[in-house]
Amino acid sequence: MKASAFSYHKPISLEDALSLLESEEEVKILAGGQSLMPMLNMRFVQPEAVIDVNEIEELATISFNGNVEIGALTRQKTLGTHSIIKQHLPIMQEALKWVGHFQTQSRGTIGGSLCHLDPASELPMIALLYDAELEVASKSATRIIPMKEWALAYMMPSIAPEELLTKILIKPWSVPYGYGFQEFARRHGDFAIAAVGCLLKLQDGVISDIAISIGGVEDVPRRFIECEDVLRGSKYDIEEVKKQIIGPLDQINYIDDSLVTGSYRQKLLKGLLVRSIEQAASRANSL
Amino acid sequence: MQEQDVRMHVNGKQVSGKVETRTHLGDFLRQAAGLTGTHLGCEHGVCGACTVIVDGDAVRSCLMLAVQADNCEVITIEGIAQEDGSLHPLQEAFRNNHALQCGFCTAGMITSLYAFLTENPERNEEEIREAISGNICRCTGYQGIVLAAKEAASKMAKDRN
Repeated sequence: MKASAFSYHKPISLEDALSLLESEEEVKILAGGQSLMPMLNMRFVQPEAVIDVNEIEELATISFNGNVEIGALTRQKTLGTHSIIKQHLPIMQEALKWVGHFQTQSRGTIGGSLCHLDPASELPMIALLYDAELEVASKSATRIIPMKEWALAYMMPSIAPEELLTKILIKPWSVPYGYGFQEFARRHGDFAIAAVGCLLKLQDGVISDIAISIGGVEDVPRRFIECEDVLRGSKYDIEEVKKQIIGPLDQINYIDDSLVTGSYRQKLLKGLLVRSIEQAASRANSL
Repeated sequence: MQEQDVRMHVNGKQVSGKVETRTHLGDFLRQAAGLTGTHLGCEHGVCGACTVIVDGDAVRSCLMLAVQADNCEVITIEGIAQEDGSLHPLQEAFRNNHALQCGFCTAGMITSLYAFLTENPERNEEEIREAISGNICRCTGYQGIVLAAKEAASKMAKDRN
């Protein structure tokens, strides 16, 4: 199908974009377009106006000053190769291997992934692991939203119609720590049936700190706090871990649809969780 | 504001026209530029048939508005062969390996592989399979396509060195 008609604006400054967001009705923001364009083509959305933010260069920067600051317009392709990401957030580059295909990463942006907020989306899972802070701006104010408050419901981020996501601030964990990212999809680049990200610190064989995020299994990607709480402070032994995670895994409200049953997702998630913890622990040990 | 002038370089030639802002790049290339080699399959970014190269990057032409390609350099399947008509190593290899059956996915396969192998032709089979995982061949003729890609990759690597 083809998109319905809309008026098109291409502001070149953030200020102009925010003024347009304030003045236009029924607006959609077009960044990389890898989710919005299909929705326009299928007429799932029929906005009056589209504001294309691709020319706003100030939104496409990556810098490090203790925090990694990523402009919302930064392309997935750039994240996948950037030296700052490689050094401070290697798990993001590992997760990006699962994000779409190289032909969609050339356009897709981190801000787009966060705002679209697909349940199976990998980049929100990474932002969750680090308790990222999201900077959103409107014409009248700029505010910071903690990542754990970002997802309100299925594909619904905590952002007002006149606001624009401008920046993602991530504080890297202090080294040494290990990380693991595991996913299963029916083909490379497809939506995850289940995905797990894990950051883990070991001290004298004890899990001194751990962060786990899960995607694809519930309406929104989220931190798996119940599981973190069970594992934090316990001695690392993968056979023990397999037993410890059973309770938390049973508490998840798995998506159950005609293509993938909830019980299958649960089995997958369990396997991926064990693998990601093992992967993170082996890296934590080797550092 | 629902119509705009666009101007871009397609396969080295200037193409311009007035388009509705809702028109995606794939439709512009086919209808305004008359380049019907780019095929539109699913029009929601899944099948990869419409892949073209914009400013050096392989992109889905159904997921980019024509107005977004204003002032860009675009290469379509029509721009892959040399000007004198001699085929690109990828096209040669597709012919040698019978890497097309109905031909619908071929333009997207070749433009994707062109971008992928031009960046670095030294790729193994696994990397090649991953690179075309976003291109669907409904004839399921992947075996020939992978063989062709491997043959072209080694030719392109030799030509480069």
